[in-house]
Amino acid sequence: MQARAIVVTSGKGGVGKTTTTANIGAALAMEGEKVAVIDVDVGLRNLDVVMGLEGRVVFDLIDVLEGRCKMRQALIRDKRVENLYLLPASQTKDKASLDPKIFRAVVKHLIEDENFDRVLIDSPAGIERGFQTAAAPAEGALVVVNPEVSSVRDADRIIGLLEAGGVEENRLIVNRIRPKMVRRGDMLSVEDIGEILGLGLIGIVPEDEGILVSTNVGEPVVLRKEKTPAGEEFRNIARRIRGEKVPFPNLDEEGGFWGSLRRLFGGGR
Amino acid sequence: MFWWRRKKSKDKAKERLQLVLAYDRAKLAPGQMEALKEDLLAVLARYFPADAKKVEIEFEQRGERVVLIADIPIRQ
Repeated sequence: MQARAIVVTSGKGGVGKTTTTANIGAALAMEGEKVAVIDVDVGLRNLDVVMGLEGRVVFDLIDVLEGRCKMRQALIRDKRVENLYLLPASQTKDKASLDPKIFRAVVKHLIEDENFDRVLIDSPAGIERGFQTAAAPAEGALVVVNPEVSSVRDADRIIGLLEAGGVEENRLIVNRIRPKMVRRGDMLSVEDIGEILGLGLIGIVPEDEGILVSTNVGEPVVLRKEKTPAGEEFRNIARRIRGEKVPFPNLDEEGGFWGSLRRLFGGGR
Repeated sequence: MFWWRRKKSKDKAKERLQLVLAYDRAKLAPGQMEALKEDLLAVLARYFPADAKKVEIEFEQRGERVVLIADIPIRQ
């Protein structure tokens, strides 16, 4: 993706925006980029806990916007990986200063003056002002969708709004896919969703218990030693964002004993 | 295998999605379709007699585009 300012958005809440932001941000940093992840969900701060940086928050986005601190004071450097920084959201209810114009200037400052290669913006759910602000500086978007009717419907709204707002380099991440259910015909497939939304696919993330474990301990899965299916795919998404051609995971292949037995007899699908 | 016999729930999901998105994208509430039908009939009545009871108006997905299909039998 050419876009350096990328908003991670979905419309619907609870589809995995924050986890996606944290992991792709960390994975891009592992690839050598200087990355800032920004939590724009003012009042409902979450990106800091998902990344395990909650104990180090002193200043936040609103402090920066209102000039109470310098950008460098508010940015929290992740010590586990080079060149990864978090700008946390504020916990206050006062969103008055969350102005799209000012936020656009903040992101521009990060890219042009602080030399960030990539700024990932974690958008709040919904299509209200918070989303509008989060999307304002973006040149591209990662639209996160779950294989489920209401999530796809909301994503369609969001894509329309992004395009209307001039955010053009938009890619689709299908999150929490369960290969077994897809094979059984009880879950929308990645192809179905891509066809319905008409957006280029950049990631297929399987449902993975490792995600909850990593959130429990505050360590994005991509930074953990144990390899997990979701973690591997988040790392692949980062590579695809950087323009590498990385094949998508093959969900048709069924692992384990029963999988090989079924393949042997050509049934099961 | 035995699950081939029942209709797959994902097909139902896809159908429902395509229909709901057709209305969303057209910014038309499904309930407004009936009003559109009546307006359309009122206009048509000025030109030819249509069989109001058999008129069907609906959105349909055609590849990339959604089209409005009106099936209007002429009273003979």
